[in-house]
Amino acid sequence: MAKLTMVEAINLALKQEMERDPSVVVLGEDVGKNGGVFRVTQGLYEQFGDARVADTPLSESAIVGVAIGMAVYGLRPVAEIQFEGFIYAAMEQLISHASRIRTRSRGRYYCPLVLRMPYGGGIRAPEHHSESNEALLVHTPGLKVVAPSTPYEAKGLLVSAIRDPDPVIFMEPKRVYRAIKEEVPEEEYSIPLGQSRIVTEGRDVTVISWGAMLQATLKAAALMGERGIRSEVIDLRSLSPLDDETIIESVKKTRRAVIVHEAPRTCGLGAELVARINEKALLYLEAPVERVTGFDTVMPLPKLEQHYLPNAERVVEAMDRVLNF
Amino acid sequence: MNLRAKESMPVLQRDHALHLLREMLRIRRFEEKSAELYAAAKIRGFLHLYIGEEAVAVGVMQALEPRDAVVATYREHGHALVRGVSAASVMAEMCGKVEGCCRGRGGSMHIFDAATRFYGGNAIVGGGLPLAVGLALADKMMRRKQVTACFFGEGAVAEGEFHESMNLAALWGLPVVFCCENNLYAMGTALERSESETDLCLKAASFEVPSWPVDGMDILAVEEAARRAVTAVRSGGGPYFLEFRTYRFRAHSMFDPELYRTKQEVEEWKKRDPIPNFSVLLKEQGLLKEEDLDLIEAEVGAEIHEAVQFAEAGNWEPVEDLTRFVYSEQGRP
Ligand SMILES: Cc1ncc(C[n+]2csc(CCOP(=O)(O)OP(=O)(O)O)c2C)c(N)n1
Repeated sequence: MAKLTMVEAINLALKQEMERDPSVVVLGEDVGKNGGVFRVTQGLYEQFGDARVADTPLSESAIVGVAIGMAVYGLRPVAEIQFEGFIYAAMEQLISHASRIRTRSRGRYYCPLVLRMPYGGGIRAPEHHSESNEALLVHTPGLKVVAPSTPYEAKGLLVSAIRDPDPVIFMEPKRVYRAIKEEVPEEEYSIPLGQSRIVTEGRDVTVISWGAMLQATLKAAALMGERGIRSEVIDLRSLSPLDDETIIESVKKTRRAVIVHEAPRTCGLGAELVARINEKALLYLEAPVERVTGFDTVMPLPKLEQHYLPNAERVVEAMDRVLNF
Repeated sequence: MNLRAKESMPVLQRDHALHLLREMLRIRRFEEKSAELYAAAKIRGFLHLYIGEEAVAVGVMQALEPRDAVVATYREHGHALVRGVSAASVMAEMCGKVEGCCRGRGGSMHIFDAATRFYGGNAIVGGGLPLAVGLALADKMMRRKQVTACFFGEGAVAEGEFHESMNLAALWGLPVVFCCENNLYAMGTALERSESETDLCLKAASFEVPSWPVDGMDILAVEEAARRAVTAVRSGGGPYFLEFRTYRFRAHSMFDPELYRTKQEVEEWKKRDPIPNFSVLLKEQGLLKEEDLDLIEAEVGAEIHEAVQFAEAGNWEPVEDLTRFVYSEQGRP
């Protein structure tokens, strides 16, 4: 089995889905001839031509807007926004239209589009090129939001996203793009949306994270493991809808939870997770749920970035707090 | 190669001519140095070089007064320098040091400087256009005879902000000079692959905005057009659109395989390099001797050397400042 980077795994998923289903089309800025800023769509233009791979002008609002039209008319558009920070001009189309067509038409129309975008920090770039804006999207009913953490996950989840009947925002942790390689089957497989993944089983503390933060979390769990603490690490992967069952079952077992995300703290997805744990497992808890997050400011450049982003040490500290409460 | 017909040669004041040359060289040498610092990981994030396009920023700035405002893009180091932000301040900013004009937080794409009325640097393509129109609307409402120069690439013309901004500026007769830097490519996308109407002046004219194409590789043509536009705008004639036809010699940013254009095309455009061509013109007119050029190079080199030293000696933002300046600091202890 080939070892692939996340870029290669996503590329393979796109290629195979386009081969399998002629209604899958790709559009975005420089996704064609140039193969995308991160080269995720490399080779698709050569293989499928400009009828199915469209280089668009700089028009984020229209990229998403036309993808809605195409999706409503039976295509399976996979649009790319070059960086998460360029999505804001398209929020109107996403929030006002993509997410609402199904409910507005009471199910008569629906919008099976995928919007792919790299997100998150760790590449020493400021603001729009490094942020983690999932909470804005998760807060929008009607959108599904997915964040893969590894190459294998990325391929399987993207396949499901493309086949899903609802709009899916596929957030690719750009720091992971080329950082790790993993065995990724050439054969078709998919990972269902809406389900979180237990990465390591443990009885002492649950740690929930997603995207690039999973690496820091696993590192922290390994450090704690040296001290005999068995962590249950959950890769959330489906940010909307949330997989309550997996999370709640785990917390009921470990009685302690830490949530790790790189987005700003206030109203970050961690807050929603804490609320759900409180609603459904309050009496099981031995300690208040801890959050390890970014800060309530824009992603700083360049030296403070390492301070902004949660790392294994911060996760370990939080784990210690819930264990020693 | 000198592209100007002899008879259309303006009478040049030597001091001014040398000033123009020096300003273009400042940008060129500053950016060559920046590229080195980027390679050495002293500048992080992104770096978009303006090399090849210097005549546009230099020419337009000549027409502006200190009271006017400038709005630019992420390819704005040159604009900031020529507008009067010190090389040291810009370099420190790009290196992420607190001595920079935005305390190192803006970096190469978000240079702001209140003293020179430099309203950014903007990492969002098209993001600066409505801001520029707003500055101009404020000027108009306050009856100030000020002008806002707004720079953007031809790629931005495809964004909704361009259309909304042009319309408002024209509708309300606002004092904006829209300076479109048409370098033919938006990242990897050629103009004809992104615009149904590639005549950008015609597009601007559809908003009833007077518009002119200008040879952006000819510093004198740029200055002349900018002066004409700024005069008209300042006198209350509403906005103006100038399309500067130019070319970037380097990659879009520091990672760019440049699949979208041929080496030969780049070489052709390099023959129109505004700096050597202007030097040749000045030499022909007897305004520039080799020694003058050497002196300018030496002075520019020294300025940049000092700027780099200043930046390298600068300080990183302290961790306590991580969440400062998100809100007003009034009442802060
Ligand atoms: C809203 C938005 N979309 C996409 C980008 C990514 N991007 C940065 S520069 C650029 C090309 C812009 O081309 P142009 O406006 O012609 O200016 P140039 O870079 O040629 O100076 C793109 C696509 C961005 N910064 N902002």
